[in-house]
Amino acid sequence: MRENDLTGYPLKLEGPDRPMVRFANVTKSYGSLTVLDSLDLDVAEGEMVTIIGPSGSGKTTVLRMLMTLETINGGVIYVDGDPLTHMPQGDRLVPANRRHVRQIRSKIGMCFQQFNLFPHMTALENCMEGPVHVLGMPKKDAQERAEELLAMVGMADKRDQHPSRLSGGQQQRVAIARALAMRPKVMLFDEVTSALDPEVIGEVTNVIRKLVSEHNLTMLMVTHQMGFARDISDRICFFYGGRIEEQGTPDELFNHPQKERTQQFLRAVKEAV
Amino acid sequence: MLDWRWDFTLDILPRLLVATGNTLLAAGLGYAIAVVLGLVLALAQRTPSRAFTMVVREMVEFIRSTPLVLQIFFVFYVAPQFGIRLSPWTAGMIAIGLHYAAYLSEVYRGGLESVPKGQWEAATSLNLSTARTYFRVIIPQAMPPSLAGMGNYLVGILKDTPMLSVIGVAELMHTANAIGSETYRFLEPYTMVGVIFLALSLPTAAAIRLFEAWLRRKLGMI
Amino acid sequence: MSYLEFLSQYGDRILSGTLVTIVLTILSALLAMAIALAAGLMRMSRNFLVRAAATVYIEIFRGTSLLVQLYWIFFVLPLFGITLEKFTAGFVAVGMNLGAYGAELVRGAILSVPRGQWEAAQAINMTPTKRMLRIILPQALLIMLPSWGNLLIELLKGTALVALIAVADLMFQVKQINGTTFMSAESFGTALVIYYILARFMITPFMRWLERFMQRKLGRA
Repeated sequence: MRENDLTGYPLKLEGPDRPMVRFANVTKSYGSLTVLDSLDLDVAEGEMVTIIGPSGSGKTTVLRMLMTLETINGGVIYVDGDPLTHMPQGDRLVPANRRHVRQIRSKIGMCFQQFNLFPHMTALENCMEGPVHVLGMPKKDAQERAEELLAMVGMADKRDQHPSRLSGGQQQRVAIARALAMRPKVMLFDEVTSALDPEVIGEVTNVIRKLVSEHNLTMLMVTHQMGFARDISDRICFFYGGRIEEQGTPDELFNHPQKERTQQFLRAVKEAV
Repeated sequence: MLDWRWDFTLDILPRLLVATGNTLLAAGLGYAIAVVLGLVLALAQRTPSRAFTMVVREMVEFIRSTPLVLQIFFVFYVAPQFGIRLSPWTAGMIAIGLHYAAYLSEVYRGGLESVPKGQWEAATSLNLSTARTYFRVIIPQAMPPSLAGMGNYLVGILKDTPMLSVIGVAELMHTANAIGSETYRFLEPYTMVGVIFLALSLPTAAAIRLFEAWLRRKLGMI
Repeated sequence: MSYLEFLSQYGDRILSGTLVTIVLTILSALLAMAIALAAGLMRMSRNFLVRAAATVYIEIFRGTSLLVQLYWIFFVLPLFGITLEKFTAGFVAVGMNLGAYGAELVRGAILSVPRGQWEAAQAINMTPTKRMLRIILPQALLIMLPSWGNLLIELLKGTALVALIAVADLMFQVKQINGTTFMSAESFGTALVIYYILARFMITPFMRWLERFMQRKLGRA
């Protein structure tokens, strides 16, 4: 991480109203290409935020940085009050070491476009891996929890199958169960339906709907499924060129877009359907 | 065949078979060393430190590109200069183990590279430690593509054991040489050595192919 | 004595040994390529006997060690009336051994040439021989080159064994030097470095150049 001026960033976010996730002035560039430009984004506890926008707008990068799959070049990311990318040293923030990152990162879970299930383990074993080897849960407890979660996503009967025997929609549902098994406070969904055949998209979106209505998880989602996003999101952020062009409630953004670019994008998306 | 004497062949067969045991032992031990050391070398080329990685890389290239027989001589004769007296067996095992570890590290590297990047990302998303990620997620998936190469080198190390004869290890070649110089008959000993190697290597190669197929099925990754 | 003194005293012997090694490598390489081509093509013949002959040769030479083959050719072949001088026995053994591995490379590469090429050649009424020589083999050659690079390094390493039948190559020279001076690290170490230089800084770059050259010739640069 390049040195950036870290004075002026709080060591910790306090207060009952503090956001669950905060991007404070976050910048990300690859060489001379700036992908995210001084991003300020807060996500409140229990809020469901969907990020939409054209490709190259930086929306996936937001999620990947939160999951520490990418490094950041400027600014600070906070999770549940603590800085993720940095850590307090005395009265300043310094770049975080691996141990600190792992500690804070444990509150975040992610589901990927390509599912990324472990192919040499069964669905059940996939869901038990994290709890047993990271959370230190006894095998029996981890198994119980895994079975519960698989039942919740409708995959209880497939728990002894390997991913190669499962359809895309089924694999994605197992992936969601696997992420939930770690008891994250924040769930990230990175285009989780983009690699699925249209007929099975519903399987996955229904599971996510269930999550939203039954749990108080904070969620960040990147998707192209506009109808779905509109149904379940508390807030939609439209990204363009590495910045938030416009944001608001689904009703505000979809029905009354203010900015030209937002209107253009929504028109193009409607035409594609 | 000219002057082939079956009685002589039968005479020397027991001695050759005993030596075969040594050959198999040498190959087995050497391979066991190489399998483990090779993994260490492969992982050592994946550390964040670029300098360390490059040094290991050059070492591996050096060992792979130079003759095993020369390396055997080197280990056996140079060690005493550092005060370590090595028996032919020990020197032989070190040299052949190191040599094949270098080969296997390349095989493992290929296997590790072939694991999709998404697997690393999934492991990160579950907050698995680096060690766990390697041992529970990456290495199991790196193994099946590595098996073909590993099998080839198992057969290879078997066939390279005769080089140990140059420092006096009493394996097949050494014994055949001894018989030859004692009796002045080379036809039967050398031919039998060839036959025995064929009898060892061909079935081994076939068995390895079967094992590879079985392992693929078992790991559910067809 | 210091290493520099060692080099000045024994340098010429080491150099002559290196030259012998290089010549051996080149001769074995030529032999191996000729055999590989012949055996590879024979393996693809429709005639069962031809195929079988090539297969037997390949399996025998790949299934036994080079050292055993070397000793057999030098010590046993005379009993069948074929007496080879040791230098010849050396490169013949290495060439025949690596030719067997090369045969598989040739076969694999020929099979990798896209089916369409065979069909196109047939469509313009080429004879099978012309088709192989002018269309298939050139393309197969390019496909084979990277693997041949590795094979050549194996060839180079294989030549070291001829020292055991007293051919005065690099390995033999340093063995002798070690025998008289007991300066094992210097003698064997120097030899290792020379082999490394030959492999990494001569064979490998040469193969890469050859690849680029062939790509240009085949219009694929």
